[in-house]
Amino acid sequence: MDKKKFEEIKRKLKKSSVGIAGLGGLGSNACISLARAGVGRFVLVDFDKVEESNLSRQYYFLDQIGKLKVDALKDNIKKINSDIIVETHNIKLIKGSMEKPFKDVDVVIEALDNAETKASFIEEILTKLPNKPIVAASGVAGYGHSDRIVTKRLGNLYMCYDEYAKSSEDDILVAPRVTLIANWEANLALEIILGENK
Amino acid sequence: MSIVVNGKNIQWMKNETVEQLLKRMKYTFPLVVVKINEKVIPKKEFSKTIIPDRSKIDVIHMISGG
Repeated sequence: MDKKKFEEIKRKLKKSSVGIAGLGGLGSNACISLARAGVGRFVLVDFDKVEESNLSRQYYFLDQIGKLKVDALKDNIKKINSDIIVETHNIKLIKGSMEKPFKDVDVVIEALDNAETKASFIEEILTKLPNKPIVAASGVAGYGHSDRIVTKRLGNLYMCYDEYAKSSEDDILVAPRVTLIANWEANLALEIILGENK
Repeated sequence: MSIVVNGKNIQWMKNETVEQLLKRMKYTFPLVVVKINEKVIPKKEFSKTIIPDRSKIDVIHMISGG
């Protein structure tokens, strides 16, 4: 690749910002990939602490158990690149004000767990921040069936979607599939920031 | 006399609304979007919108997990 183009991409990514709602299997892994790719600023929102059971798929470590996820993920980002700006919100997103932390980011990533909350979040972002691209995911539980995952685009909503997957209440959550979809979300976010096929 | 719902061929029913179709398909997950022939149908119109024969319907729903 020619050097000039590469430098331009690097500059574009460094100036870009991504907001992430939920720092579980989707959010923590999508964030780390985007940090490695060179995104310059993150807004991280989560209310939870790291638990031992999270380590089967989320980007945390044994010595981080008990820490707030926003703080633990910030530490992990800084271990990759200390220049990245990380804004953290240790809050639970409440219906009616869910869009607030995400007003000044380029792309929002929906990485929440509960189906109702996911649907409400998407609706609030689409209606209250109508020009904001949002990347969301549905159907991350289980293993296998990578080729059932598709991207569905509806205006500013980009969905990573497997309509045949079971709910996380009825299937296991393990790293390979949830990480795959987390990176699918991250990859879409890059496409939005950089423009397709650059 | 059939319609395509999320890629599956199913029988078309005269005067069936979006709401009734979702029940028939047993789609109980929280919905994000319903489209009929690429046109987005607002939630408040689900009980009034009649599904035309030979239409292509996309239902995007949310499944828990993250």
